[in-house]
Amino acid sequence: MAGPDLVLFEEDYSTINEILSQLVRETNSKFALLVDRSGQLISSQGDTDRMDSLSFASLSAGNYAATSELAKILGQEEFSVLFHQGTNESIHLSVVADRVILVVVFDNKTTLGLVRLRVKKAVEELTAIFRRIFEKVAERGDAPPKLGDTFSSVAESEIDNLFRE
Amino acid sequence: MSLINYSSREINCKIVYYGCGLCGKTTNLLYVHEKLPHDIKGKMVSLATDTDRTLFFDFLPLELGTVNGFKTRFHLYTVPGQVHYDASRKLILKGVDGIVFVVDSQRNRFEENIESMENMKKNLQLQGYHLDNIPYIIQYNKRDLPNCSPIEQLETALNHSQVPCFESIATTGVGVFDTLRAISKLVIAHLSRQTAR
Repeated sequence: MAGPDLVLFEEDYSTINEILSQLVRETNSKFALLVDRSGQLISSQGDTDRMDSLSFASLSAGNYAATSELAKILGQEEFSVLFHQGTNESIHLSVVADRVILVVVFDNKTTLGLVRLRVKKAVEELTAIFRRIFEKVAERGDAPPKLGDTFSSVAESEIDNLFRE
Repeated sequence: MSLINYSSREINCKIVYYGCGLCGKTTNLLYVHEKLPHDIKGKMVSLATDTDRTLFFDFLPLELGTVNGFKTRFHLYTVPGQVHYDASRKLILKGVDGIVFVVDSQRNRFEENIESMENMKKNLQLQGYHLDNIPYIIQYNKRDLPNCSPIEQLETALNHSQVPCFESIATTGVGVFDTLRAISKLVIAHLSRQTAR
């Protein structure tokens, strides 16, 4: 591996957050998450205060990965959209730029049709941004900015302090 | 895959515990989860069968706190060890930043450890990775059991790259945190090398 696979900077990150925020607002959804396919949470917007976002991100990626493999077994390239319907709350997952998953959680204050419609638009916008981010990583060929000269030593010291019985 | 967000000042790293069925991967995570204070650990998620065998993965997020202005997290995962869950194992390796290969030291599991190691190498390759390029350590677990293979024999069979190794008894916690600290430091050092130029 030449370097970290996903590096986000201010400009792209704020645009991504704006798109997510707009999606939550326009669909009247509870919240939306962006998760990379390895399970890392990239961003969240909406009411996530009482929710375990990290677990949700990890499980969403696992869910998507398992379903993608099911698609392959069926000879499909991939299911680009997944939908889980609950009694009160439902989950809509869609893939962005092949490597990121957009998760929208909504309840009966909105409709699946509206969510689908707005997600489609958001996916188009996010795809353009993430393709640009991935191209930048691929083209740049050099490493992202330093984390600071002392990053490694400070982190090691924290690991010694915290990861103990 | 490590995610570095320079805007929200966050770094996330993924560490995977790999190994054959019943070698103690989940027990490692359970012990870490039990011993760490609440402000460091997140909720542990286990996708397991009714008989507590890992079906898909276990997940435990750990927060190192703010390091040089970056909120730094380690996400610990286990793979399902049983042979027939290979499709799931492959998926968990996606985006891995560091690997702990957990060995069941019992003599009667010797072959299974070797098979699991070969399986890991194959699955890494399928994801486009190579073990030589990923921070990686070995944990020789169940050292308290009477029928253990000698460490030298296990080293010869499994540790061809001479990576750091630790003896452990995950059920009582011996070696569990030594292993976690070692792999975390290797991942951080790897990440720093990737960024600091």
